[in-house]
Amino acid sequence: MYRYDAYDQRFLEERVAQYRDQVRRRLAGQLSEEEFKPLRLMNGLYLQLHAYMLRVAIPYGTLAPEQMRMLAHVARRYDRGWGHFTTRTNCQFNWIKLEETPDILADLATVQLHAIQTSGNSFRNTTADPWAGAAADEIEDPRPYCEIIRQWSTLHPEFSFLPRKFKIAVSAAKAADRAAVKVHDIGLYIVRNEAGEVGFEVLVGGGLGRTPVIGATLRDFLPKRHLLSYLEAILRVYNQHGRRDNLYKSRIKILVQHLGIARMREAVEAEWAAMDNAALALSDETIADFARHFAPPDLPPAAEADAAFEAVLAGNKQFARWVEHNTARHKVPGHAIVTLSLKPYGRPPGDCTAEQMDLVADLADEYSQGEIRLTHEQNIVLPHVRRSDLWALWHRLEPAGLGTSNIGLVTDIIACPGLDYCSLATARSIPIAERLSRHLAAREDEIGELKIKISGCINACGHHHVGHIGILGVDKNGEEFYQITLGGSADQDAALGAIIGPAVSSAEVTNAIDQLIEVYLSQRAAGERFNDTYRRIGAAPFKAALYAARPAREPAYAA
Amino acid sequence: MLLEAGEFRADRWRHLGDDEALADGETVTVSHARWLRERAALIGRNAALGLRLPNDVSPVTLGEDIHRFALIVLNFPRFTDGRAYSQARLLRGRLGYRGSLRAAGNVLRDQLLFMRRCGFDAFEVGERAVAENWLAAFDEVDVFFQPAEDQLPWVLRQRRAVA
Repeated sequence: MYRYDAYDQRFLEERVAQYRDQVRRRLAGQLSEEEFKPLRLMNGLYLQLHAYMLRVAIPYGTLAPEQMRMLAHVARRYDRGWGHFTTRTNCQFNWIKLEETPDILADLATVQLHAIQTSGNSFRNTTADPWAGAAADEIEDPRPYCEIIRQWSTLHPEFSFLPRKFKIAVSAAKAADRAAVKVHDIGLYIVRNEAGEVGFEVLVGGGLGRTPVIGATLRDFLPKRHLLSYLEAILRVYNQHGRRDNLYKSRIKILVQHLGIARMREAVEAEWAAMDNAALALSDETIADFARHFAPPDLPPAAEADAAFEAVLAGNKQFARWVEHNTARHKVPGHAIVTLSLKPYGRPPGDCTAEQMDLVADLADEYSQGEIRLTHEQNIVLPHVRRSDLWALWHRLEPAGLGTSNIGLVTDIIACPGLDYCSLATARSIPIAERLSRHLAAREDEIGELKIKISGCINACGHHHVGHIGILGVDKNGEEFYQITLGGSADQDAALGAIIGPAVSSAEVTNAIDQLIEVYLSQRAAGERFNDTYRRIGAAPFKAALYAARPAREPAYAA
Repeated sequence: MLLEAGEFRADRWRHLGDDEALADGETVTVSHARWLRERAALIGRNAALGLRLPNDVSPVTLGEDIHRFALIVLNFPRFTDGRAYSQARLLRGRLGYRGSLRAAGNVLRDQLLFMRRCGFDAFEVGERAVAENWLAAFDEVDVFFQPAEDQLPWVLRQRRAVA
């Protein structure tokens, strides 16, 4: 893991002091709310429906146990005893007092955590493959590059007032994208070129929100040493030419759509050629300095399973289910990548109590080389667990409500906070997720891999566009309706879901999803996942099942 | 009022409207439109000249002419509109502009350090800047993670220099 040096720590402490003074000036009336807003947003503080919400950055989703314990402390001391992990792998606290925020940030700074740029129109938290350093299919660990990007993008003097927010994701496993790279403002795949050199494929202009777009390739191969200068060239083009007249047309994807990818490429390459890219060049030594922080743990290879493990698996069906769904192959034989589900049946996705956080920290120390990861699907990963420890680990998870065996299944739902918390939302998300989860739990093994994603408004924080089944809450004359999309994906086969038809009422959502799943189950060929079947047979059978029994006009069933 | 060279001072420049007459020897700034229209006459004058460059004109289009200006004024129509940061960096870093570079418009305390890092050396501020001691804003953070136009050391290079 990256450990701060004296520069990083000094910076963070200066930043906390700066923010403390900003809050003092706000409370003293020297700053208007309008002037204070961008300052608090630069420190991740939102004003929500009921209270301030603080969004703590978890850079590329990597946490050390003492950092997780600090999140637990913040949850207990300053909030109501829990936090919420988001699709940007951040941690949100929903019941925060403005005057306490400088103390919270000071507490976080003692364990090298902060809330810098988790909001505002600048760089947001850079995300990465949660299996980084543990997966067998990656070319190189993406985290050193994420950390390099994190530092460069921190209080960047030129790019702190961009037209709109800016999100970067990095993955080193293009064939199995676990970082949703193609729906980011800039997506970076670590790739190898024909000469065997490692560098980046650079994608630009992906994103969700009101105008969902799959990112396009801007450059097939960028040598590592030019990572920062090339990013700076893209951002300079965007900062000058991105639209600022309309909040909803301001993301870089709109600029790319307007110019077309060819002209965008021309503009970026021209800027890159004209700039002094030596100033930002990354030497091999500098990259190695960062890589050393992420040196792989010393894991002795072992057998994938021995007779004792097989016997336990055979003797306990629940444990066997958990191993099947929540563990994945580690690059070192005899080890596993373990996902702890934050999707207990019938509960809000992504919520985590202080007690659970403390337990995860302890378990990471005991079983996972002191490493914790967060996923954009709102779960927690212990990346380096010995397979022979799985049984003991599982026994600790079950009583804490962290042992749900549903990773990738239909109850592993992503949902935004929705109208229960968010001032932008037009409908609730959490109750829909809870109802679906409770209802579908009994059949999830039969249904298999199926990703449901729910957003409470068209800003799409719940990533509904890339759900196999996407659900978008909309307001119709003061009543919550839900629009359903099918066939989306955030992975290597990234695709945007297509709207199946008129929205359904809140009361009908569960029934509607049931009907769609019935079509899949009755039509699927052997081995087909939901999206495979949908892509083969098209929308018509789903549409027929969903709307055959329903009147064509929405208001009819709003009654 | 102007914040410049570590102090608050009065603005000695006159910012000429497009229809206002030019007086001999007076230091004035002109709009970009007027510059394009009256370039020859403006070059011929025997007085320092300043340019007010709009946010949608790239400084690169000025070419070598930038060296004719003693002052370039860039605008922040709202403090959230960050185009002038890139314009400033292009003027300083790309084009080698050495005259004064001034931030005008919605200039607020907590953006001053960003502005200076991008190459601004003068800031049009309101009366409150004195009472609230905006000068202190330049010293709040002294660890930087990017090279910029202030030529201050940045962390990635500082680390290797120590190693």
